[in-house]
Amino acid sequence: MKGIRNIFAGPWGIVGAGTVIGILAPLLQQWGNPGNMGVCVACFERDIAGALGLHRTEIVQYIRPEIIGFVLGSLIAAYMFNEFKPRLGSAPIVRFFLGIFAMIGALVFLGCPWRAALRLAGGDGNAILGLGGLIFGVWIGTIFLKGGYNLGRTQRTHAAAGWMLPLFMIGLLLLLLVFPQISGEGKDGVLFYSVKGPGSMHAPLAISLAVGLLIGFIAQRSRFCTMGAIRDFVLFRQMHLLSGFIALIVTAFVVNFIIGQFKPGFTGQPIAHTMHLWNFLGMALSGLAFCLAGGCPGRQLFLAGEGDGDAAVFVIGMIVGAGIAHNFGLASSGTGVGPYGIPAVIIGFAVCLFIGFTMRSKIA
Amino acid sequence: MSKTIDARGLSCPHPVLMTLNGIKSGEADEMIILVDNEASKENVSRAAASKGWAVTEISKKEDLYHIAIKRR
Repeated sequence: MKGIRNIFAGPWGIVGAGTVIGILAPLLQQWGNPGNMGVCVACFERDIAGALGLHRTEIVQYIRPEIIGFVLGSLIAAYMFNEFKPRLGSAPIVRFFLGIFAMIGALVFLGCPWRAALRLAGGDGNAILGLGGLIFGVWIGTIFLKGGYNLGRTQRTHAAAGWMLPLFMIGLLLLLLVFPQISGEGKDGVLFYSVKGPGSMHAPLAISLAVGLLIGFIAQRSRFCTMGAIRDFVLFRQMHLLSGFIALIVTAFVVNFIIGQFKPGFTGQPIAHTMHLWNFLGMALSGLAFCLAGGCPGRQLFLAGEGDGDAAVFVIGMIVGAGIAHNFGLASSGTGVGPYGIPAVIIGFAVCLFIGFTMRSKIA
Repeated sequence: MSKTIDARGLSCPHPVLMTLNGIKSGEADEMIILVDNEASKENVSRAAASKGWAVTEISKKEDLYHIAIKRR
């Protein structure tokens, strides 16, 4: 399959990946997902944390099949093209904490970079602040990268170790099938479900899973990454990944416009608040954490699908971070930031700067 | 003169940064970069080409890629 590999790695591969996501994400909203949230890795991992009872915010509890599909789609692509490389050992505990604070920052803004793009494409002006913050955070990260920041080399490991996150995702899928949502009920077996709010809004399972698998597959092939898009442009003036991210935004805008989902404005936007500074700084914290960890939350899922155990630890960090954010009032809501959101962002910056300044040894 | 950059076990952007630093240092007109994943191979090749270097050979042994690049 060498010929196909070259196509996906080329400029049209990455633009194609962004375009496919830009078409499918707004359609997922049509099919039931929440507003400007066709795909949001942070929000969906937060919903998974809620479904498992790691937090008990009743409006955001659902095992999102898209996330399962992302990991398994990437796994399938990695196996098909002989790219499944079980590896780990590049400072996993650091990545765990980066995952926690990446999620806290994302939940102060209310979205990951993917959702920031989709919010912009849906007309939500607050997303401009979020994307500005993302660029700012990634820019700080690139200064550390230029100064020699790195988390060290990975090691080859057992294939089964590379399977840990994919197996976890298969486990989640089985739970979803064994304990399906009962209409009007907040719980079935071990799973919590939302009766109202964003967690209750979702496309049919089969569609969500199929779209997730497709996106996971093409994103693994094309190395689609929203953080890398900004990072590579800042560091190298390279447009490759950025062209994919821009393709996503432009396509999603066009699709939203066609199907009547484009509603410009700052107020009254779905699952968004208008505290500009904290929209900016929340996403800046996330951007910095993603940059220090080497990938946006989507990319971390795709890497985990190809056997990267360190990316898997980052993903688990994000899910735990969602539990923390909702249990302790760090997450924002439509009315504004949570009671402890602001100090959490400040602590997050302190932790990320500490990591950036201290982990810059020469690679032997 | 040739120079070898060992970027095994590293993911991007580190292999690209190391390659570009090698190019910028002006120490060598030919370099071999060792990477162990496909994405890094693509990124290093792309970065070298963008700096006007030619990718002369890419060989793969088990999971290790040798990327040979040369100043044009």
